[in-house]
Amino acid sequence: MRAKTNAGIFLEPERYELRAAAPYRFDLDRRDFFKFLGAGVVVVSVLKPAIVAQESGGGRQRRGESLPQQIDAWLHIGENGKVTVYTGKVEVGQNIRTSLSQAVAEELHIPINRIEMVMGDTQLTPFDMGTFGSRTTPTMNPQLRKAAAATREILIGLAASQWKTDQQQLVASDGRIVDPKSNRSIEYAALLKGQQITQSISADQPLIPATEWKVAGQPALKVDGRDFVTGKHRYPSDQKLQNMLYGKVLRQPSFNATLVSADTKTAEQMGATVVLDGNFVGVAAPSTQAAEAAIAAIHAEWKSEPQISNKELFDFLRKDAPQGKDPSGDGDHYETGSVDQAMSSADHRLQQSYTVSYIAHVPLEPRAALANWDGDQLTVWTGTQRPFGVRGQLVEAFHIPEEKVRVLMPDTGSGYGGKHTGETAIEAARLARAAKRPVKVVWTREEEFSWAYFRPAGVIDVMSGVRSDGTITAWEFHNYNSGSAGIRTYYDVPNQHIVFHEVHSPLRQGSYRALAATANHFARESHMDELAHVLKMDSLEFRLKNLKNERLRAVFEAAAKQFGWGKSKSPGQGFGMGGGYEKLGNIATFAEVNVDSKSGDVRVMRVVSAFECGAIVNPDNLRNQIEGSNVQGLGGALFEAIEFENGKILNGRLSQYRVPRFSDLPALETVMPDDRPCAGDRERDL
Amino acid sequence: MSTIHLAINDKSYSVDTDPKTSLLTVLREHLDLTGSKYGCGEGQCGACTVLIDGKAQRSCITRVGSVAGKQITTIEGLAKGDRLHPVQQAFLDEDAMQCAYCTSGMIMSAVALLQKNPGPDEKEIIDFMDGNVCRCGTYPRIVRAIQRAAKAQAPAVAKGVSR
Repeated sequence: MRAKTNAGIFLEPERYELRAAAPYRFDLDRRDFFKFLGAGVVVVSVLKPAIVAQESGGGRQRRGESLPQQIDAWLHIGENGKVTVYTGKVEVGQNIRTSLSQAVAEELHIPINRIEMVMGDTQLTPFDMGTFGSRTTPTMNPQLRKAAAATREILIGLAASQWKTDQQQLVASDGRIVDPKSNRSIEYAALLKGQQITQSISADQPLIPATEWKVAGQPALKVDGRDFVTGKHRYPSDQKLQNMLYGKVLRQPSFNATLVSADTKTAEQMGATVVLDGNFVGVAAPSTQAAEAAIAAIHAEWKSEPQISNKELFDFLRKDAPQGKDPSGDGDHYETGSVDQAMSSADHRLQQSYTVSYIAHVPLEPRAALANWDGDQLTVWTGTQRPFGVRGQLVEAFHIPEEKVRVLMPDTGSGYGGKHTGETAIEAARLARAAKRPVKVVWTREEEFSWAYFRPAGVIDVMSGVRSDGTITAWEFHNYNSGSAGIRTYYDVPNQHIVFHEVHSPLRQGSYRALAATANHFARESHMDELAHVLKMDSLEFRLKNLKNERLRAVFEAAAKQFGWGKSKSPGQGFGMGGGYEKLGNIATFAEVNVDSKSGDVRVMRVVSAFECGAIVNPDNLRNQIEGSNVQGLGGALFEAIEFENGKILNGRLSQYRVPRFSDLPALETVMPDDRPCAGDRERDL
Repeated sequence: MSTIHLAINDKSYSVDTDPKTSLLTVLREHLDLTGSKYGCGEGQCGACTVLIDGKAQRSCITRVGSVAGKQITTIEGLAKGDRLHPVQQAFLDEDAMQCAYCTSGMIMSAVALLQKNPGPDEKEIIDFMDGNVCRCGTYPRIVRAIQRAAKAQAPAVAKGVSR
């Protein structure tokens, strides 16, 4: 099973997920789809080749590869005035169903509840690489705004010709085109009767400037929030079809174990559908209990190999790593000046190692899929950040043509980069094919802990040299395995040697929220503190002395001011800071911690973040996301770590793996560099 | 196998199942009440929280046989027609959710808290809610939503007292 589904499985952060081959194709039968939409206006969003390149891995594309233009979304407004937006992006709690609706509502001048977003359905929506790397807002959002703006202009044009008037004097307002001079107005729907217009957006489509936004830029509540507070929304694990069976998979006793033999007679006698195919042993039965009983009745023999344990992990990562200036051969290294010379002439030298453990995403909704075969046509509902990627995995697993597979993604119980793959989709589809009935597979929490993938563990070795006045002269930085995002230092150091070493990870690993660069930020910022300590300098002063980037200086200074940096500490109290460039923009975070003198337990009491973020489509949601990142980040910083031995996860249950809870919550404050609080007043009383 | 009679959201149900089956499985698989969620199967995350005779219980570790005849309330039974329960309304108004998979369990726990203690302070909210996990980290908003719901319910409670 594992070998068969290897495509796209070993996804490391960012660089790896974007390297996945992009099937640049656009099914011809989409034209029929436009016909099927019927009368009205379709505006198609076409990405510029430069953006296509960026979205699909940018600089990592080989030169000379020509990238065809890419349709990434379309907007349809029908004769009945209904607006439907089609995008391959998916909703996993980052709230883009709402923020993308806001963007369309803004340009089209319609109430937000008149918009339907069709997302992540491989049959209905355009191809999309996947929803990750915080790319939706910077790319999809402006594209949809352009599509909505173009639609508005088409509607104004239609009204102008109907009224035989100059379109310059017409405006769009609340679902109508209005002529303020004559006080005439007409609903969008009435303009569209019998019309069938298809148009692409132009790259220079003018947009409403952020300063004039009325809907976008305002806090907006989750568009379908009512379905969530009433329990009505159907997540992937809630999907149901008539005649459906429940599937279970017999798991290997350890990673990479191979099946020697399996006796499935009893399970079959119990009435379960049993599938034995290579390393895959699974059952389907009329209830979860029956499926579990059938699995328990299978006697299987496995062959296991000895494997690395977490105790020897960090030594292994260093030893196993290829050495050299560019060991990965992909340009992920940075060299300037001469570190060796600068080290030998430095007043102080410091060498330190930093480690990060594997951590689990723990999406509260475990992986789930419902698969149904209709003849040779496969339909799968599943929770994934890459519905088109999962379609590809199904095509590969079942040797069937792409047009025979449809993957739909109902809004899912989170992902954080952990749901890029289609394990349950393949399992459910395999069992459904044998059972000739729809099959649903929902992983248990234990399965999710062991058979999903992890945030990469890593070792980072840092060697530095400073002058007595606090100037950093040498910076050598080796990251083993945890990823190259954020590996560069933004401090000004004349002599640098920075290398990412790709290692064959003993555990399956992949992307992890926006925190993929966490390990590099953590190592660099910790080392800065230790250098300041060696120099007996204030750590903020030391950073600013070596920092020229004005925008970063501004967030450090803003956060320091809000935090009250320099105030005196009480016993057991500690203050710290870190900063850098993240996808959100420049960010600096200051934290106040308390250490229990008896237990040694560390508790984060207060976190102040300053960030600079450009035009914000939904400020309230951005705050929600930043607070969430800070809370989730506490887990990795303080207590989350996967323990493993010989191919087994040792703490793979929620009772053994601690995640942040209400009681871990520090006071969270968020500020903008110019002192305008990003957070509303509500924020401060916490 | 035995026939178990359940009173859920003011309706009566009869279910043929092993009494040891978890209430969560019965709700989701037998009765298609999927608002209660599976998150861990060991009572650690609270996503499956329901009210049993008004008390918050983890349905994933509650045997269905043990709740026969008791009043069970799930997220589907909170709203009265189109009128949301004040806690549901407060979660909406505070946008106290991201992926919202934890939301039904959070709301059920909060309802139980406010029934017991109509005006909890922040520490009381945190203590009571600590068994409910939100992996997206929406905790600050959830605290605010519960405070908001407490305020919204306050006049109703006062009225009840004066009677």
